[in-house]
Amino acid sequence: MKLFRLTLPAACLVLAACGSDNDDPMPTTMPDEDMQMVDDPAPVDPVDPVDPVDPVDPTPTTVELMITATNLTYAQPLSPIAVALHQEGQFWQVGEPASNALEVLAEGGDNSDLLALGVVQSKASATAPLPPGKKTQLTLTHDSLDGQKLSLISMMVNTNDGFTGLNALDVSAMTVGQAMTFTTHAYDAGTEANTEAQGTIPGPADGGTGFSADREALNKVAMHPGVVGMDDGLTTSVLTSSHKFDNPLMTVTITRTK
Amino acid sequence: MKTRITPLITGILLASGTASAASLDVKITNLTQGIYFTPLLVSAHTSNAMLFQTGEQASEALQAMAEGGSLTGLSEILTGVNANTMENPAGGLLGPVASTMTSLETDAGNDRLSIVAMMLPTNDGFVGLNSWPIPTAPGTYHIYLNAYDAGTEANNELVVDGSGAPNTPGIPASPGAAPGTQGSGVTETESNTLVHIHRGNLGDDDTTGGKSDLHNTVHRWLNPVAKVTVTVK
Repeated sequence: MKLFRLTLPAACLVLAACGSDNDDPMPTTMPDEDMQMVDDPAPVDPVDPVDPVDPVDPTPTTVELMITATNLTYAQPLSPIAVALHQEGQFWQVGEPASNALEVLAEGGDNSDLLALGVVQSKASATAPLPPGKKTQLTLTHDSLDGQKLSLISMMVNTNDGFTGLNALDVSAMTVGQAMTFTTHAYDAGTEANTEAQGTIPGPADGGTGFSADREALNKVAMHPGVVGMDDGLTTSVLTSSHKFDNPLMTVTITRTK
Repeated sequence: MKTRITPLITGILLASGTASAASLDVKITNLTQGIYFTPLLVSAHTSNAMLFQTGEQASEALQAMAEGGSLTGLSEILTGVNANTMENPAGGLLGPVASTMTSLETDAGNDRLSIVAMMLPTNDGFVGLNSWPIPTAPGTYHIYLNAYDAGTEANNELVVDGSGAPNTPGIPASPGAAPGTQGSGVTETESNTLVHIHRGNLGDDDTTGGKSDLHNTVHRWLNPVAKVTVTVK
């Protein structure tokens, strides 16, 4: 029964999201909606929430989304969180090689290349890493939500190439005042082997190198297997038991405020 | 063989009469970075049948699947309850981050979807979907699956040829990264003999010796381990 409760709300949301997938030019079958509802979702309103030619109010409406993210881990600071609105594309797809922009984020925590992608129509980035247990708030504005998807991404900085986020979540039907809450999973960019070795991890556990253009053998995005650490049998690891994590990594609430 | 699963099946097929036949596309993605799935079993059946249930003892058929990847016993049971079943849609192993797609025509009343496959390399770990209610509304639905432990074999994490047979300790194969050798064994006991969420592989960083033949940077995982996309047509 638990499975039923967990999957059905997400299924409803995804169902609503599927109408706009067909004109997605990326080599994809469907958005990778890797997320789960943690609260009862408000039903997705099928009515277009924004009418730019509303005769009563001819001035363009500014849409505003407030995004609140909480770091649920014990000791994994999350690199400055990036959020973006886009109509096409995905920051990552499980089973596909990471883009160079994703590799830069996943290995070093730098989100600037991802946010500079041509598909991004509105963006925001936190100015500092999000410490464990802490919460941060970001705001996205745009003239319309028509066809818009929201992506959020951040690196677990005490890993080789681990990241978490929301992947092309359909927000086009959100109404003013509506809030949706999700939890996020841990992914592995598949671009750097999880050696956990000294000098390879950019976070405070090591202070090592972030991005390196070399690619590991797998070279495909997968779910993250977790870190091992020196306390759990990887003698050459700079990580300890405190750096271990499990899904979920973050709670994210998206509220349409305007 | 069927005696153990009988309480779950109940032997009484209550035809609901309302659930109609459906046409499904089922896509299954292995989300892990280093685990392989043995041939998958995808089945639509009535709400009275279950392939497995957490907190219950595994049937002998489930044990054979979880320890060695054999679908023979589970298939027999499903045939016996007139389920609509697709075996081995991937045509062999489904590797890390690989996907497979299959179609399923379901008969009226077969309104629950179940999926199982053994996870390699594990002793008796399997990926599972238990009796997901197939929606009647056409659309695309996403489901995330967890890794389960059948509770039938100690997780010694030793790779042993021929150990896929029930009651033969060991992991029958380690596709992908070559396993370590001469491990001493992580444990010899399985104190929880009921189906439960798998605690994960331990592994070690010794290619020779150590406790485990598995590698701790390759053979671990976190849930979920699979994503299922069901399209109801």
